[in-house]
Amino acid sequence: MKQNRTEIRLAGSGGQGLITAGIILAEAAILDEKNVVQSQSYGPEARGGASRAEIIIADGPIFFPKATWVDILLTMSQKASDQYSFDLKAGGIFIVDTTYVNQIPTSNALAIPISARTREKFGKEIFSNIVALGVICEATKVVSIKALQAAVSARVPSGTEKMNMEALAFGKNLAREAIKNNNGVIAEAIEADS
Amino acid sequence: MSKKTSYQLMQGNEAVAAGALAAGVDFFAGYPITPSTEIAEILADRLPENGGKFIQMEDEIGSIAAIIGAAIGGRKALTATSGPGFSLMQENLGFACLAEIPIVIVNVMRAGPSTGLPTSPSQGDVMQARWGTHGDHPIIVLTPSSVEEAFSYTVKAVNFSEKYRNPVIVLMDEVIGHMRARVSLPPAAMIERINRVRPNMPPEWYQPYERSASGVAPMASFGDGYRYHITGLVHDTKGFPTANPNEARDNIRGLFAKIERGFREVCLVDYELMEDAEHAILAYGSMVLSARSALEDLRQAGLKVGLIKLGTLWPFPRFALEHYLPQLKTIIVPELNMGQIYREVLRVNAGKAVIEKINRVNGTIITPDEIVKTVKGIVR
Repeated sequence: MKQNRTEIRLAGSGGQGLITAGIILAEAAILDEKNVVQSQSYGPEARGGASRAEIIIADGPIFFPKATWVDILLTMSQKASDQYSFDLKAGGIFIVDTTYVNQIPTSNALAIPISARTREKFGKEIFSNIVALGVICEATKVVSIKALQAAVSARVPSGTEKMNMEALAFGKNLAREAIKNNNGVIAEAIEADS
Repeated sequence: MSKKTSYQLMQGNEAVAAGALAAGVDFFAGYPITPSTEIAEILADRLPENGGKFIQMEDEIGSIAAIIGAAIGGRKALTATSGPGFSLMQENLGFACLAEIPIVIVNVMRAGPSTGLPTSPSQGDVMQARWGTHGDHPIIVLTPSSVEEAFSYTVKAVNFSEKYRNPVIVLMDEVIGHMRARVSLPPAAMIERINRVRPNMPPEWYQPYERSASGVAPMASFGDGYRYHITGLVHDTKGFPTANPNEARDNIRGLFAKIERGFREVCLVDYELMEDAEHAILAYGSMVLSARSALEDLRQAGLKVGLIKLGTLWPFPRFALEHYLPQLKTIIVPELNMGQIYREVLRVNAGKAVIEKINRVNGTIITPDEIVKTVKGIVR
């Protein structure tokens, strides 16, 4: 009944673009002809407070719109890592942006300094959310890269499409490298999932 | 899922704005407030493009005053707000009820009281929507529980306000307002638009509050050449203040009579898996989503549980309950408040079934698992 339901949570701080990333991921799922619901939670602050986007992808109807036990977790702050790693399903995939997370709660995580590497590559962190989507796509295959590219192009300001495509590709590369260099546990989880 | 259907990702608030436009709303005045802001944001873009007017007001008192004025000028007018703004609107909401002005107020509820938890979900304004303004008055309150319904109920709200010359409130919780879902909206040609009945007699014969056989008086727009008086005082059929007990009675009873006549039409209710149900979950807004998910588990466990889904909260659709009461042992009422509709269920139930409430007021929502546990606990 609830097979085929994939729960994804992107969590970090306001301003990191996680809600935008959540919307893009949801739109990519629609392009893949899946059903999807996206929701979010954030504090009253304009930036800096805790921010969280959730995406449920399924083949059939989706009733409850929130994630409870997540299949895919991306955290981009220490607080989010501490708070949400417990919600990860057994066999779920945990991606951590080590730029902002010093203590990773489990060794069973794909640890990548996403924001720092984005800054090195593009000179600014503004593309970190798109790079993170590239990481998620490569590590989880939850949406197809074709759909993700189309969804990103449709959402980003015109004139920035090329840079954003590069950011996606960069994210995919980061994930490939990390999976290759990572301990066996996470690679196995990803292998089993795909 | 036909491949020809074109789907889009749409947010509940976005769907309200789309519904307003589809229903022919051409005037919005409001003051942005979380979690309703997207409605104003989108209409600020779209209304002027379509020949409509958007005004950002100084506060919510001004906002409702402006839409009342626009409605009297012949516009279909809507505003959107959240709890603190809805509180400020109560005085003029009463004016619109008594003066019979068709307006729509969208209240995307956040946790209160006062400034509360601005970005967190709640269903705390259910009773405020019914009784927030003083004096005895009827009101229509619709509550969507999906992005599609955020669209279709906004259309219905505008239509009901026009048909009954009465304020209509769309009471939506933050979960529905902010969630995005894959939707396919009906084409514009498929959408029914109801326009208020206007007078066709010569201006000198017109009495603005003389009810037609439908119970609703034809409404002239200011500027149409029909000179008439509007007041917040109890009035006669000409619109002038009166203290005559018979005229006062006709004025107030007339307000109730027109909504009573439309009771079945304005009561939106859906039933799921109720045919053989021995237990029912009665839910509205985001609690419908939790309830549906819980139903899957409960049915799998062999329990005969169904769902009564309220799309209208006020007037309270008591027939929805009365119809099923003879077959029900238990009714479970999950709400993101301390039990506001629960009391209505108790009242209608009159001791027949066991009524159990599940309440949550901490800014998070009730999960399907909690409903499953509660139901299993009661049934065993």
